[in-house]
Amino acid sequence: MNRIEIDKLTKFYGERLVLDAIDLSVATHEVVCLIGASGSGKSTLLRCINGLTEFDDGTVKLDGTDIYDESFGRTGLYKRIGIVFQAYNLFPHLTVLDNITLAPVRVHGRQRAEAEDAARRLLDLFGLGQYAKAYPEQLSGGQQQRVAVIRSLATDPEVLLLDEVTAALDPELIGEVLKIIRDLKTQGMTMVIVTHEMAFARDVADRVCFLDGGRIIEQGEPRRLFSRPENPRTQKFLERIIASGRLAELG
Amino acid sequence: MTRRPGKGRRTIALKDRLTPVLISLVSVIIVFGAIAYFVGSAEQWPRIQSQFFSLDAMIEAAPSVARGFLVSLQIWVISLVCIGIWALVLAIFRAMSGPFFAPLRIFAILYVDLFRGLPALLLVLLFGFGIPALNLPGLPNNGLFWGGVALVLSYSAYATEVYRSGIEAVHEGQGMAAKALGLTQWQTLRYAILPQALRNVVPAMLNLVVALQKDVALLSVLGVRDAVREAQIYTARTFNYSSLVVAAILFLLATIPLARLTDHLARRDRQRRLQSAL
Repeated sequence: MNRIEIDKLTKFYGERLVLDAIDLSVATHEVVCLIGASGSGKSTLLRCINGLTEFDDGTVKLDGTDIYDESFGRTGLYKRIGIVFQAYNLFPHLTVLDNITLAPVRVHGRQRAEAEDAARRLLDLFGLGQYAKAYPEQLSGGQQQRVAVIRSLATDPEVLLLDEVTAALDPELIGEVLKIIRDLKTQGMTMVIVTHEMAFARDVADRVCFLDGGRIIEQGEPRRLFSRPENPRTQKFLERIIASGRLAELG
Repeated sequence: MTRRPGKGRRTIALKDRLTPVLISLVSVIIVFGAIAYFVGSAEQWPRIQSQFFSLDAMIEAAPSVARGFLVSLQIWVISLVCIGIWALVLAIFRAMSGPFFAPLRIFAILYVDLFRGLPALLLVLLFGFGIPALNLPGLPNNGLFWGGVALVLSYSAYATEVYRSGIEAVHEGQGMAAKALGLTQWQTLRYAILPQALRNVVPAMLNLVVALQKDVALLSVLGVRDAVREAQIYTARTFNYSSLVVAAILFLLATIPLARLTDHLARRDRQRRLQSAL
Protein backbone atom coordinates (compact mmCIF):
# COMPACT_ATOMS: atom_id res chain seq x y z
CA MET A 1 0.00 0.00 0.00
CA ASN A 2 1.08 3.53 -0.63
CA ARG A 3 2.14 5.47 2.43
CA ILE A 4 0.98 8.75 0.96
CA GLU A 5 -1.82 9.06 -1.54
CA ILE A 6 -2.60 12.46 -3.01
CA ASP A 7 -5.69 12.74 -5.13
CA LYS A 8 -6.78 15.77 -7.21
CA LEU A 9 -5.13 18.17 -4.77
CA THR A 10 -6.12 21.73 -5.65
CA LYS A 11 -5.09 24.93 -3.97
CA PHE A 12 -5.66 28.59 -4.67
CA TYR A 13 -3.87 31.58 -3.24
CA GLY A 14 -6.62 34.10 -3.71
CA GLU A 15 -7.41 33.94 -7.43
CA ARG A 16 -4.19 32.22 -8.38
CA LEU A 17 -4.23 28.46 -8.89
CA VAL A 18 -1.05 27.09 -7.28
CA LEU A 19 -1.85 23.38 -7.28
CA ASP A 20 -3.90 22.09 -10.17
CA ALA A 21 -5.51 18.72 -9.34
CA ILE A 22 -2.27 16.99 -8.41
CA ASP A 23 -2.15 13.20 -8.12
CA LEU A 24 0.86 11.70 -6.43
CA SER A 25 1.47 8.59 -4.42
CA VAL A 26 4.52 7.73 -2.38
CA ALA A 27 5.24 4.13 -1.43
CA THR A 28 6.67 3.12 1.93
CA HIS A 29 10.48 3.59 1.95
CA GLU A 30 10.27 5.54 -1.28
CA VAL A 31 12.13 8.81 -1.76
CA VAL A 32 10.42 11.27 -4.08
CA CYS A 33 12.08 14.50 -5.15
CA LEU A 34 10.02 17.44 -6.36
CA ILE A 35 11.85 19.76 -8.73
CA GLY A 36 10.78 22.81 -10.67
CA ALA A 37 11.20 26.56 -10.87
CA SER A 38 10.29 28.86 -7.97
CA GLY A 39 6.54 29.35 -7.83
CA SER A 40 5.80 26.01 -9.46
CA GLY A 41 3.97 24.87 -6.31
CA LYS A 42 6.46 22.37 -4.91
CA SER A 43 6.70 23.83 -1.40
CA THR A 44 2.94 24.35 -1.22
CA LEU A 45 2.39 20.72 -2.21
CA LEU A 46 4.79 19.62 0.50
CA ARG A 47 2.97 21.66 3.16
CA CYS A 48 -0.39 20.29 2.14
CA ILE A 49 0.82 16.75 2.86
CA ASN A 50 1.07 17.36 6.61
CA GLY A 51 -1.83 19.80 6.80
CA LEU A 52 0.38 22.80 7.43
CA THR A 53 -1.28 24.53 4.49
CA GLU A 54 -4.97 24.04 3.91
CA PHE A 55 -6.06 23.12 0.42
CA ASP A 56 -9.26 23.80 -1.47
CA ASP A 57 -10.06 20.49 -3.07
CA GLY A 58 -8.87 16.90 -3.28
CA THR A 59 -7.62 14.52 -0.61
CA VAL A 60 -4.37 13.56 1.02
CA LYS A 61 -4.20 10.15 2.68
CA LEU A 62 -1.62 8.72 5.02
CA ASP A 63 -1.68 4.90 5.06
CA GLY A 64 -5.12 5.02 3.50
CA THR A 65 -6.64 7.43 6.02
CA ASP A 66 -7.55 11.01 5.13
CA ILE A 67 -5.21 13.39 6.97
CA TYR A 68 -8.20 15.33 8.27
CA ASP A 69 -9.76 12.15 9.69
CA GLU A 70 -10.56 12.44 13.38
CA SER A 71 -8.61 9.28 14.19
CA PHE A 72 -5.38 11.27 13.88
CA GLY A 73 -6.40 13.49 16.76
CA ARG A 74 -4.96 16.96 16.87
CA THR A 75 -1.32 15.95 16.93
CA GLY A 76 -1.22 12.46 15.43
CA LEU A 77 -0.51 13.67 11.92
CA TYR A 78 2.34 15.96 13.01
CA LYS A 79 3.87 13.10 14.96
CA ARG A 80 3.83 10.76 11.96
CA ILE A 81 4.92 13.28 9.32
CA GLY A 82 7.94 15.43 10.13
CA ILE A 83 8.97 18.49 8.14
CA VAL A 84 12.24 20.40 7.82
CA PHE A 85 12.30 23.96 6.49
CA GLN A 86 14.70 25.91 4.33
CA ALA A 87 15.49 28.41 7.10
CA TYR A 88 15.85 25.68 9.80
CA ASN A 89 13.30 27.53 12.01
CA LEU A 90 15.00 26.39 15.19
CA PHE A 91 13.87 28.20 18.33
CA PRO A 92 16.73 30.61 19.06
CA HIS A 93 15.96 30.95 22.78
CA LEU A 94 16.16 27.20 23.41
CA THR A 95 19.24 24.99 23.52
CA VAL A 96 19.70 22.32 20.88
CA LEU A 97 18.49 19.72 23.37
CA ASP A 98 15.39 21.72 24.32
CA ASN A 99 14.60 22.32 20.65
CA ILE A 100 14.58 18.58 20.08
CA THR A 101 12.67 17.58 23.22
CA LEU A 102 10.02 20.31 23.05
CA ALA A 103 7.51 18.32 21.00
CA PRO A 104 8.13 14.90 22.61
CA VAL A 105 7.68 16.36 26.10
CA ARG A 106 5.00 19.02 25.57
CA VAL A 107 2.98 17.47 22.78
CA HIS A 108 3.43 13.74 23.16
CA GLY A 109 3.71 13.59 26.92
CA ARG A 110 7.01 11.77 27.18
CA GLN A 111 9.12 11.97 30.31
CA ARG A 112 11.77 14.68 30.02
CA ALA A 113 14.66 12.39 31.01
CA GLU A 114 13.59 9.76 28.53
CA ALA A 115 13.15 12.35 25.75
CA GLU A 116 16.56 13.85 26.50
CA ASP A 117 18.21 10.44 26.32
CA ALA A 118 16.61 9.84 22.97
CA ALA A 119 17.64 13.29 21.76
CA ARG A 120 21.24 12.75 22.86
CA ARG A 121 21.33 9.40 21.07
CA LEU A 122 20.18 11.09 17.87
CA LEU A 123 22.70 13.91 18.28
CA ASP A 124 25.50 11.38 18.80
CA LEU A 125 24.35 9.41 15.80
CA PHE A 126 24.64 12.47 13.58
CA GLY A 127 27.91 13.68 15.10
CA LEU A 128 26.44 16.62 17.03
CA GLY A 129 26.66 15.17 20.53
CA GLN A 130 28.88 17.95 21.86
CA TYR A 131 26.34 20.66 20.94
CA ALA A 132 23.45 19.47 23.11
CA LYS A 133 23.71 22.49 25.41
CA ALA A 134 24.59 25.03 22.71
CA TYR A 135 22.17 27.60 21.33
CA PRO A 136 21.31 27.54 17.61
CA GLU A 137 23.13 30.82 16.85
CA GLN A 138 26.36 29.26 18.12
CA LEU A 139 26.22 26.65 15.37
CA SER A 140 27.00 26.86 11.67
CA GLY A 141 24.12 26.81 9.20
CA GLY A 142 24.84 23.20 8.32
CA GLN A 143 24.84 22.17 11.96
CA GLN A 144 21.61 24.06 12.58
CA GLN A 145 19.93 22.33 9.69
CA ARG A 146 21.11 18.94 10.95
CA VAL A 147 19.63 19.80 14.35
CA ALA A 148 16.39 20.74 12.59
CA VAL A 149 16.36 17.32 10.91
CA ILE A 150 16.95 15.64 14.26
CA ARG A 151 14.17 17.71 15.84
CA SER A 152 11.74 16.45 13.23
CA LEU A 153 12.96 12.87 13.83
CA ALA A 154 12.44 13.10 17.58
CA THR A 155 8.81 12.06 17.34
CA ASP A 156 9.67 8.95 15.26
CA PRO A 157 7.83 10.04 12.13
CA GLU A 158 7.12 7.59 9.34
CA VAL A 159 7.42 10.22 6.65
CA LEU A 160 9.82 13.13 6.40
CA LEU A 161 9.14 16.21 4.28
CA LEU A 162 12.19 18.29 3.35
CA ASP A 163 11.59 21.78 1.99
CA GLU A 164 14.70 23.06 0.18
CA VAL A 165 16.75 22.20 3.23
CA THR A 166 20.06 23.17 1.62
CA ALA A 167 18.96 26.35 -0.15
CA ALA A 168 20.02 28.68 2.68
CA LEU A 169 23.41 27.04 3.19
CA ASP A 170 26.88 27.98 2.00
CA PRO A 171 28.07 25.49 -0.63
CA GLU A 172 30.67 23.94 1.67
CA LEU A 173 28.01 23.14 4.29
CA ILE A 174 25.52 21.48 1.97
CA GLY A 175 27.35 18.15 1.96
CA GLU A 176 26.88 17.42 5.66
CA VAL A 177 23.12 17.93 5.41
CA LEU A 178 22.80 15.82 2.28
CA LYS A 179 24.72 13.05 4.02
CA ILE A 180 22.11 12.89 6.77
CA ILE A 181 19.38 12.56 4.17
CA ARG A 182 21.27 9.75 2.44
CA ASP A 183 21.65 8.01 5.81
CA LEU A 184 17.92 8.31 6.39
CA LYS A 185 17.22 6.79 3.01
CA THR A 186 19.48 3.87 3.87
CA GLN A 187 17.44 3.37 7.04
CA GLY A 188 14.30 3.20 4.95
CA MET A 189 12.70 6.57 5.74
CA THR A 190 9.91 7.57 3.40
CA MET A 191 10.72 11.06 2.17
CA VAL A 192 9.32 13.77 -0.06
CA ILE A 193 12.06 16.26 -0.89
CA VAL A 194 11.79 19.64 -2.53
CA THR A 195 15.24 20.50 -3.80
CA HIS A 196 17.29 22.57 -6.20
CA GLU A 197 20.24 20.19 -5.86
CA MET A 198 19.75 18.25 -9.05
CA ALA A 199 22.81 16.06 -8.63
CA PHE A 200 21.56 15.12 -5.18
CA ALA A 201 18.06 14.45 -6.45
CA ARG A 202 19.48 12.17 -9.10
CA ASP A 203 21.47 10.24 -6.50
CA VAL A 204 18.98 9.91 -3.69
CA ALA A 205 15.58 9.85 -5.35
CA ASP A 206 13.70 6.76 -6.37
CA ARG A 207 11.48 9.00 -8.41
CA VAL A 208 11.69 12.62 -9.52
CA CYS A 209 8.64 14.75 -10.25
CA PHE A 210 8.95 17.92 -12.30
CA LEU A 211 6.36 20.53 -11.39
CA ASP A 212 5.35 23.47 -13.52
CA GLY A 213 2.38 25.75 -13.08
CA GLY A 214 0.93 23.68 -10.26
CA ARG A 215 1.00 20.38 -12.13
CA ILE A 216 3.31 17.41 -12.25
CA ILE A 217 4.41 17.67 -15.87
CA GLU A 218 6.70 14.70 -15.88
CA GLN A 219 7.89 12.08 -13.43
CA GLY A 220 10.08 9.07 -13.53
CA GLU A 221 13.22 7.29 -12.48
CA PRO A 222 15.87 10.01 -11.96
CA ARG A 223 18.53 8.84 -14.43
CA ARG A 224 15.96 8.62 -17.18
CA LEU A 225 14.31 11.95 -16.33
CA PHE A 226 17.55 13.88 -16.09
CA SER A 227 19.20 12.39 -19.18
CA ARG A 228 16.17 11.94 -21.45
CA PRO A 229 13.40 14.31 -20.36
CA GLU A 230 10.36 13.83 -22.57
CA ASN A 231 8.33 16.94 -21.92
CA PRO A 232 9.65 20.08 -23.67
CA ARG A 233 9.17 22.13 -20.50
CA THR A 234 11.22 19.64 -18.48
CA GLN A 235 13.90 19.79 -21.15
CA LYS A 236 13.95 23.58 -21.04
CA PHE A 237 14.12 23.63 -17.24
CA LEU A 238 17.00 21.15 -17.14
CA GLU A 239 18.86 23.00 -19.88
CA ARG A 240 18.74 26.15 -17.77
CA ILE A 241 19.96 24.21 -14.75
CA ILE A 242 22.85 22.72 -16.68
CA ALA A 243 23.71 26.12 -18.17
CA SER A 244 23.89 27.61 -14.66
CA GLY A 245 26.35 24.87 -13.70
CA ARG A 246 24.18 23.31 -11.03
CA LEU A 247 24.12 19.93 -12.68
CA ALA A 248 27.70 19.87 -13.85
CA GLU A 249 28.52 16.22 -13.28
CA LEU A 250 25.46 14.96 -15.08
CA GLY A 251 26.56 12.36 -17.61
CA MET B 1 56.34 48.26 5.23
CA THR B 2 53.57 46.17 6.65
CA ARG B 3 51.07 47.77 8.97
CA ARG B 4 50.82 46.27 12.37
CA PRO B 5 49.20 47.46 15.57
CA GLY B 6 52.42 48.74 17.13
CA LYS B 7 53.26 51.38 19.72
CA GLY B 8 53.35 54.30 17.29
CA ARG B 9 49.82 53.78 16.13
CA ARG B 10 48.47 53.56 19.62
CA THR B 11 49.91 56.95 20.70
CA ILE B 12 48.31 58.58 17.70
CA ALA B 13 45.04 56.90 18.49
CA LEU B 14 45.19 58.14 22.10
CA LYS B 15 45.85 61.71 21.00
CA ASP B 16 43.09 61.40 18.40
CA ARG B 17 40.71 60.24 21.07
CA LEU B 18 41.65 62.88 23.66
CA THR B 19 41.38 65.93 21.42
CA PRO B 20 37.61 65.76 20.82
CA VAL B 21 37.02 65.08 24.50
CA LEU B 22 39.00 68.19 25.44
CA ILE B 23 37.26 70.33 22.86
CA SER B 24 33.81 69.31 24.03
CA LEU B 25 34.78 69.76 27.68
CA VAL B 26 36.03 73.30 27.11
CA SER B 27 33.06 74.32 24.97
CA VAL B 28 30.61 72.88 27.49
CA ILE B 29 32.25 74.86 30.30
CA ILE B 30 32.20 78.07 28.25
CA VAL B 31 28.57 77.74 27.14
CA PHE B 32 27.10 76.69 30.47
CA GLY B 33 29.36 79.09 32.36
CA ALA B 34 28.08 81.94 30.21
CA ILE B 35 24.47 80.93 30.80
CA ALA B 36 25.06 80.71 34.54
CA TYR B 37 26.77 84.10 34.54
CA PHE B 38 23.99 85.88 32.65
CA VAL B 39 21.25 84.23 34.66
CA GLY B 40 23.01 84.91 37.94
CA SER B 41 23.74 88.54 37.13
CA ALA B 42 20.21 89.25 35.91
CA GLU B 43 18.29 91.80 37.91
CA GLN B 44 15.43 89.41 38.67
CA TRP B 45 17.62 86.48 39.69
CA PRO B 46 17.51 86.97 43.48
CA ARG B 47 13.71 86.94 43.37
CA ILE B 48 13.69 83.83 41.19
CA GLN B 49 16.18 82.18 43.46
CA SER B 50 14.22 82.77 46.64
CA GLN B 51 10.97 81.74 44.95
CA PHE B 52 12.20 78.46 43.41
CA PHE B 53 15.63 77.61 44.74
CA SER B 54 15.55 78.74 48.35
CA LEU B 55 17.81 76.28 50.16
CA ASP B 56 16.07 76.81 53.50
CA ALA B 57 12.64 76.14 51.99
CA MET B 58 13.99 73.11 50.19
CA ILE B 59 15.40 71.60 53.35
CA GLU B 60 12.20 72.36 55.21
CA ALA B 61 10.01 70.79 52.52
CA ALA B 62 12.28 67.84 51.78
CA PRO B 63 11.04 65.34 54.43
CA SER B 64 7.38 65.58 53.50
CA VAL B 65 8.08 65.68 49.75
CA ALA B 66 10.37 62.65 50.10
CA ARG B 67 7.64 60.85 52.04
CA GLY B 68 5.24 61.68 49.24
CA PHE B 69 7.76 60.47 46.71
CA LEU B 70 7.86 57.10 48.45
CA VAL B 71 4.09 56.93 48.02
CA SER B 72 4.60 57.73 44.32
CA LEU B 73 7.16 54.96 44.03
CA GLN B 74 4.85 52.43 45.66
CA ILE B 75 1.97 53.30 43.35
CA TRP B 76 4.40 53.15 40.44
CA VAL B 77 5.77 49.71 41.23
CA ILE B 78 2.40 48.12 42.03
CA SER B 79 0.86 49.61 38.87
CA LEU B 80 3.80 48.35 36.81
CA VAL B 81 3.27 44.78 37.94
CA CYS B 82 -0.46 44.97 37.21
CA ILE B 83 0.12 46.58 33.80
CA GLY B 84 2.79 44.02 32.86
CA ILE B 85 0.41 41.15 33.56
CA TRP B 86 -2.87 42.62 32.31
CA ALA B 87 -1.33 43.91 29.07
CA LEU B 88 0.27 40.50 28.43
CA VAL B 89 -3.11 38.84 28.86
CA LEU B 90 -4.63 41.30 26.38
CA ALA B 91 -1.77 40.79 23.92
CA ILE B 92 -2.31 37.02 24.11
CA PHE B 93 -6.04 37.51 23.50
CA ARG B 94 -5.09 39.60 20.51
CA ALA B 95 -2.65 37.02 19.16
CA MET B 96 -5.03 34.04 19.28
CA SER B 97 -6.41 33.25 15.85
CA GLY B 98 -9.38 31.14 14.87
CA PRO B 99 -13.12 31.67 15.25
CA PHE B 100 -13.26 30.38 18.85
CA PHE B 101 -11.10 33.19 20.07
CA ALA B 102 -12.86 35.95 18.13
CA PRO B 103 -14.59 37.39 21.25
CA LEU B 104 -11.28 37.66 23.10
CA ARG B 105 -9.59 39.19 20.07
CA ILE B 106 -12.35 41.74 19.58
CA PHE B 107 -12.35 42.56 23.28
CA ALA B 108 -8.62 43.28 23.18
CA ILE B 109 -8.95 45.47 20.08
CA LEU B 110 -11.82 47.48 21.56
CA TYR B 111 -10.02 47.78 24.86
CA VAL B 112 -6.92 49.26 23.26
CA ASP B 113 -8.94 51.62 21.07
CA LEU B 114 -10.92 52.84 24.05
CA PHE B 115 -8.22 53.35 26.65
CA ARG B 116 -5.56 54.61 24.30
CA GLY B 117 -8.00 57.22 23.03
CA LEU B 118 -8.75 58.72 26.44
CA PRO B 119 -6.56 61.12 28.44
CA ALA B 120 -5.15 59.44 31.52
CA LEU B 121 -6.25 62.44 33.63
CA LEU B 122 -9.85 61.96 32.54
CA LEU B 123 -9.74 58.32 33.57
CA VAL B 124 -8.13 59.19 36.90
CA LEU B 125 -10.92 61.68 37.64
CA LEU B 126 -13.63 59.34 36.42
CA PHE B 127 -12.47 56.37 38.47
CA GLY B 128 -10.92 58.19 41.42
CA PHE B 129 -13.94 60.39 42.18
CA GLY B 130 -16.70 58.56 40.33
CA ILE B 131 -16.50 55.04 41.68
CA PRO B 132 -15.99 55.87 45.38
CA ALA B 133 -19.06 58.10 45.06
CA LEU B 134 -21.09 55.03 44.15
CA ASN B 135 -20.37 53.47 47.54
CA LEU B 136 -20.35 50.01 46.03
CA PRO B 137 -20.46 47.34 48.72
CA GLY B 138 -17.46 45.06 48.89
CA LEU B 139 -15.19 47.31 46.85
CA PRO B 140 -12.51 49.62 48.23
CA ASN B 141 -13.67 53.18 48.49
CA ASN B 142 -10.58 55.29 48.37
CA GLY B 143 -9.34 57.48 45.57
CA LEU B 144 -5.82 56.07 45.69
CA PHE B 145 -7.01 52.58 44.77
CA TRP B 146 -9.30 53.68 41.96
CA GLY B 147 -6.82 56.23 40.66
CA GLY B 148 -4.29 53.41 40.46
CA VAL B 149 -6.83 51.28 38.61
CA ALA B 150 -7.30 54.11 36.11
CA LEU B 151 -3.56 54.31 35.49
CA VAL B 152 -3.35 50.53 35.04
CA LEU B 153 -6.26 50.50 32.59
CA SER B 154 -4.82 53.36 30.58
CA TYR B 155 -1.21 52.21 30.44
CA SER B 156 -2.18 48.61 29.73
CA ALA B 157 -3.56 49.75 26.39
CA TYR B 158 -0.14 51.09 25.38
CA ALA B 159 1.69 48.12 26.84
CA THR B 160 -0.56 45.72 24.92
CA GLU B 161 0.50 47.36 21.70
CA VAL B 162 4.15 47.08 22.69
CA TYR B 163 3.74 43.37 23.43
CA ARG B 164 1.90 42.93 20.16
CA SER B 165 4.66 44.55 18.14
CA GLY B 166 7.10 42.20 19.88
CA ILE B 167 4.98 39.18 19.02
CA GLU B 168 4.65 40.25 15.41
CA ALA B 169 8.38 40.82 15.13
CA VAL B 170 9.03 37.10 15.75
CA HIS B 171 9.62 35.47 12.38
CA GLU B 172 6.59 33.61 11.03
CA GLY B 173 8.72 30.52 10.44
CA GLN B 174 8.81 30.06 14.21
CA GLY B 175 5.07 29.68 14.42
CA MET B 176 5.08 27.35 11.45
CA ALA B 177 7.78 25.15 12.96
CA ALA B 178 5.87 24.98 16.23
CA LYS B 179 2.68 24.03 14.43
CA ALA B 180 4.48 21.36 12.43
CA LEU B 181 5.75 19.90 15.71
CA GLY B 182 2.14 19.62 16.88
CA LEU B 183 2.11 22.42 19.46
CA THR B 184 -1.29 23.98 20.14
CA GLN B 185 -1.78 27.66 19.54
CA TRP B 186 -1.28 28.35 23.22
CA GLN B 187 1.82 26.14 23.44
CA THR B 188 3.24 27.87 20.38
CA LEU B 189 2.84 31.24 22.08
CA ARG B 190 4.05 30.00 25.43
CA TYR B 191 7.14 28.06 24.34
CA ALA B 192 8.11 29.52 20.96
CA ILE B 193 6.81 33.05 20.43
CA LEU B 194 6.49 34.83 23.78
CA PRO B 195 10.01 34.13 25.09
CA GLN B 196 11.38 35.81 21.97
CA ALA B 197 8.75 38.57 21.94
CA LEU B 198 9.42 39.56 25.57
CA ARG B 199 13.09 39.94 24.81
CA ASN B 200 12.21 42.13 21.83
CA VAL B 201 10.06 44.55 23.81
CA VAL B 202 12.28 45.36 26.78
CA PRO B 203 13.54 48.75 25.48
CA ALA B 204 10.09 49.92 24.34
CA MET B 205 8.56 48.78 27.61
CA LEU B 206 11.10 50.73 29.65
CA ASN B 207 9.94 53.89 27.88
CA LEU B 208 6.47 53.24 29.27
CA VAL B 209 7.96 52.57 32.70
CA VAL B 210 9.56 56.02 32.69
CA ALA B 211 6.38 57.67 31.43
CA LEU B 212 4.27 55.99 34.11
CA GLN B 213 6.64 57.11 36.84
CA LYS B 214 5.74 60.69 35.99
CA ASP B 215 2.05 60.10 35.40
CA VAL B 216 1.66 58.76 38.94
CA ALA B 217 1.60 62.48 39.78
CA LEU B 218 -1.86 62.60 38.17
CA LEU B 219 -3.20 60.92 41.31
CA SER B 220 -2.40 64.10 43.24
CA VAL B 221 -5.63 65.59 41.85
CA LEU B 222 -7.46 62.96 43.91
CA GLY B 223 -5.78 64.15 47.08
CA VAL B 224 -3.36 61.26 47.18
CA ARG B 225 -0.39 62.57 49.14
CA ASP B 226 2.32 61.81 46.62
CA ALA B 227 5.41 63.94 46.01
CA VAL B 228 3.60 66.57 43.93
CA ARG B 229 0.73 66.85 46.39
CA GLU B 230 3.06 67.23 49.36
CA ALA B 231 5.02 69.90 47.49
CA GLN B 232 1.79 71.74 46.70
CA ILE B 233 0.75 71.64 50.33
CA TYR B 234 4.03 73.26 51.29
CA THR B 235 3.65 75.87 48.55
CA ALA B 236 0.12 76.69 49.62
CA ARG B 237 1.34 77.29 53.18
CA THR B 238 4.46 79.34 52.42
CA PHE B 239 3.93 80.76 48.91
CA ASN B 240 7.36 79.40 48.08
CA TYR B 241 7.78 77.03 45.14
CA SER B 242 11.08 75.44 46.11
CA SER B 243 9.24 72.35 47.34
CA LEU B 244 8.10 71.64 43.75
CA VAL B 245 11.71 71.89 42.66
CA VAL B 246 12.58 69.29 45.29
CA ALA B 247 9.91 67.01 43.85
CA ALA B 248 11.25 67.70 40.36
CA ILE B 249 14.77 66.72 41.44
CA LEU B 250 13.48 63.47 42.97
CA PHE B 251 11.65 62.59 39.75
CA LEU B 252 14.74 63.28 37.69
CA LEU B 253 16.89 61.17 40.00
CA ALA B 254 14.59 58.26 39.30
CA THR B 255 13.89 58.74 35.59
CA ILE B 256 17.28 59.75 34.18
CA PRO B 257 19.06 56.51 35.17
CA LEU B 258 16.09 54.58 33.81
CA ALA B 259 16.29 56.46 30.52
CA ARG B 260 20.01 55.73 30.29
CA LEU B 261 19.33 52.06 30.99
CA THR B 262 16.70 52.06 28.24
CA ASP B 263 19.19 53.53 25.77
CA HIS B 264 21.80 51.01 26.79
CA LEU B 265 19.47 48.05 26.40
CA ALA B 266 18.16 49.33 23.07
CA ARG B 267 21.72 49.68 21.79
CA ARG B 268 22.66 46.20 22.98
CA ASP B 269 19.53 44.80 21.42
CA ARG B 270 20.33 46.44 18.09
CA GLN B 271 23.85 45.01 18.17
CA ARG B 272 22.51 41.56 18.97
CA ARG B 273 20.19 41.75 15.98
CA LEU B 274 22.95 42.99 13.69
CA GLN B 275 25.14 40.12 14.79
CA SER B 276 22.49 37.51 14.30
CA ALA B 277 21.74 38.97 10.87
CA LEU B 278 25.31 38.38 9.74
